Amino acid sequence: MANLQECLDYFKKVSENPKNQLKQYLEAGKQVIGCFPVYTPEVLADAAGIVPMGMWGAQMEVVRSKKYLVPFACPIMQSCMELALTGGYEGVKAVMIPSMCDTLRCVTQDFKLGVEGIACIPYTLTQNRKLPAAMEYLIAEYTYVKERIEELYGVNITEEAIDESIERYNAHNREMRRFASLANQHLDVITPTVRHHVFKSAWFMTKAEHLELMIRLNQELEAREPFAYSGKRVILTGITAEPDGLLQILEDHGLAVVGDDLAQEMRQYRTDIPEGGHGIYRLAAQWRDRIDPMAHDDELRRTDILESLLKENDAKAVIVCLMKFCDPEEYEFVAYNRELREKGYQVLSLDIDQQPAGYDQARTRIETLAELL
Amino acid sequence: MLTMGIDIGSAASKAVILEDGVRIVAGTVVSAGTGTRGPSQVYAEVLDQAGVKETEISRIVATGYGRMNFQKADRELSEVSCHGRGMHFLLPDVRTVIDIGGQDAKTLLLDERGNLSHFLMNDKCAAGTGRFLEAMARVLDIRIEDMGEIAEQSQNPVSISSTCAVFAESEVISRLAGGEAIPDILAGIHGAVAKKVSGLAIRMGYQPKVAMSGGVARNHGVVKAMERELGCPVQVPDCCQLAGALGAALYAYGDLINKRRERV
Repeated sequence: MANLQECLDYFKKVSENPKNQLKQYLEAGKQVIGCFPVYTPEVLADAAGIVPMGMWGAQMEVVRSKKYLVPFACPIMQSCMELALTGGYEGVKAVMIPSMCDTLRCVTQDFKLGVEGIACIPYTLTQNRKLPAAMEYLIAEYTYVKERIEELYGVNITEEAIDESIERYNAHNREMRRFASLANQHLDVITPTVRHHVFKSAWFMTKAEHLELMIRLNQELEAREPFAYSGKRVILTGITAEPDGLLQILEDHGLAVVGDDLAQEMRQYRTDIPEGGHGIYRLAAQWRDRIDPMAHDDELRRTDILESLLKENDAKAVIVCLMKFCDPEEYEFVAYNRELREKGYQVLSLDIDQQPAGYDQARTRIETLAELL
Repeated sequence: MLTMGIDIGSAASKAVILEDGVRIVAGTVVSAGTGTRGPSQVYAEVLDQAGVKETEISRIVATGYGRMNFQKADRELSEVSCHGRGMHFLLPDVRTVIDIGGQDAKTLLLDERGNLSHFLMNDKCAAGTGRFLEAMARVLDIRIEDMGEIAEQSQNPVSISSTCAVFAESEVISRLAGGEAIPDILAGIHGAVAKKVSGLAIRMGYQPKVAMSGGVARNHGVVKAMERELGCPVQVPDCCQLAGALGAALYAYGDLINKRRERV
């Protein structure tokens, strides 16, 4: 990669066409494992030389998944099931599915019963994460995942390989955080859409490849004269901020994304895998320490997370990318919406869906927010 | 100095010509919205009504669903901002504006200077919008503009419990088949719209005084039902349907004043 634009173009290409990435990995003789949202122990696959690829569905109409999921199920899960049932994941040997919400829990069974040729590795991420028993439980769950990967892929995942992979993932986390910070100094080129492509591409490349490119991208940004942005700044929260058409409306109305609390983006990179103990213990400890509102931790208030992001990045508004029918997200919205508004911030809620639709209502809402700011 | 606001909605096009930001010179509504002859017709009609030429208009602001497609506009603004500005001009004491248009419903909270401080819009659903009323009028075989008057004859309003426009249509047909009187069914329909939209106002934290704008505000059956749901009077200005276009014309005037100040 020679320059900044080439890096960004590459991320866009990967982000927009994960199927092509899958094809290329398979043609190169690599094995691939699917990673359902939001957190999977990717390190275990990476340590075995297997490519972990994110499964975030697609903008598409769903037909066959209706056999398994009700129309008011999470749109990501609906399109993931549709892709799985219609050959979209051909070549993927197995998928890891965490039971983080009711729909994911159902999908573990739907996948087992409905999808042929792709094994399902379900596991449970604990609540009450800080309890010693929760750690013990999660270590047992991750051990099961490791054993299933070894069995299905015919590999042996060594402790040494896990340690090496953890180093890679932590280094990648650091580069992603560095990018999030550098991006705000270059809001002329790192538009909301460009920023999203950088984050999303990480789901469809090996960590080693993405890390290498991120280092290059960050170097390019550091070498560039910072841009004095005087426009309006917002932060995003939710599961995903997609599709591009929606982010384009932000750009059209002069709104820059200067931070996010999105499951698909920065939530992934806030917490490193800590030192100490064996590999699986360290992975469990990362979940224990994660700063994620979906972990239902009383000490971790979404309002505080968002307020910090707003203050750190000099933003005045939060755009809530509310995934349609997402109970955990809607559960939290009521409280932080009121609390942030009381603190003087604007909070705008947008419906996020994966069924193709127009953006007219979203445009009016975003335009009004821009006018309000 | 003349400015024009044009509000191109999904069901109707509205235009206002304003003199010096204080006097409404002309205001017109054409019952045809974006993608139709509506925008060009309302533009021609408002000029004709005001008795002025196109060249005499100093600035035009477009708003509404079809705002992006009106080539003659100097600027476009969201209908939320424009309805807020227009309603503050018409009723300065109002703090909550409920605007029910052809395909969406909005609630706005204004501060004492008429600045928008909060707003909510309905989801992608026809319930509680003008489209919902249109569908019901079709089923009942009455004109939409007669709905309010007919509902006044209601003795025993029925309850229309479905919030979905499609299901509500079935419910209305079943009420008709059951022999319910049309005024009673209409009262139920108005109640259903009010319940849906008042939910938005409650979520937003509405404050008195409350007023309604948009085409549906002309239906006093809906206004009365809204008063019952919110437990307070709901004011409706005479030119409720022109509030968005008026707000746009006020913004256009504000733009010119700001430019003049910049030059000084």
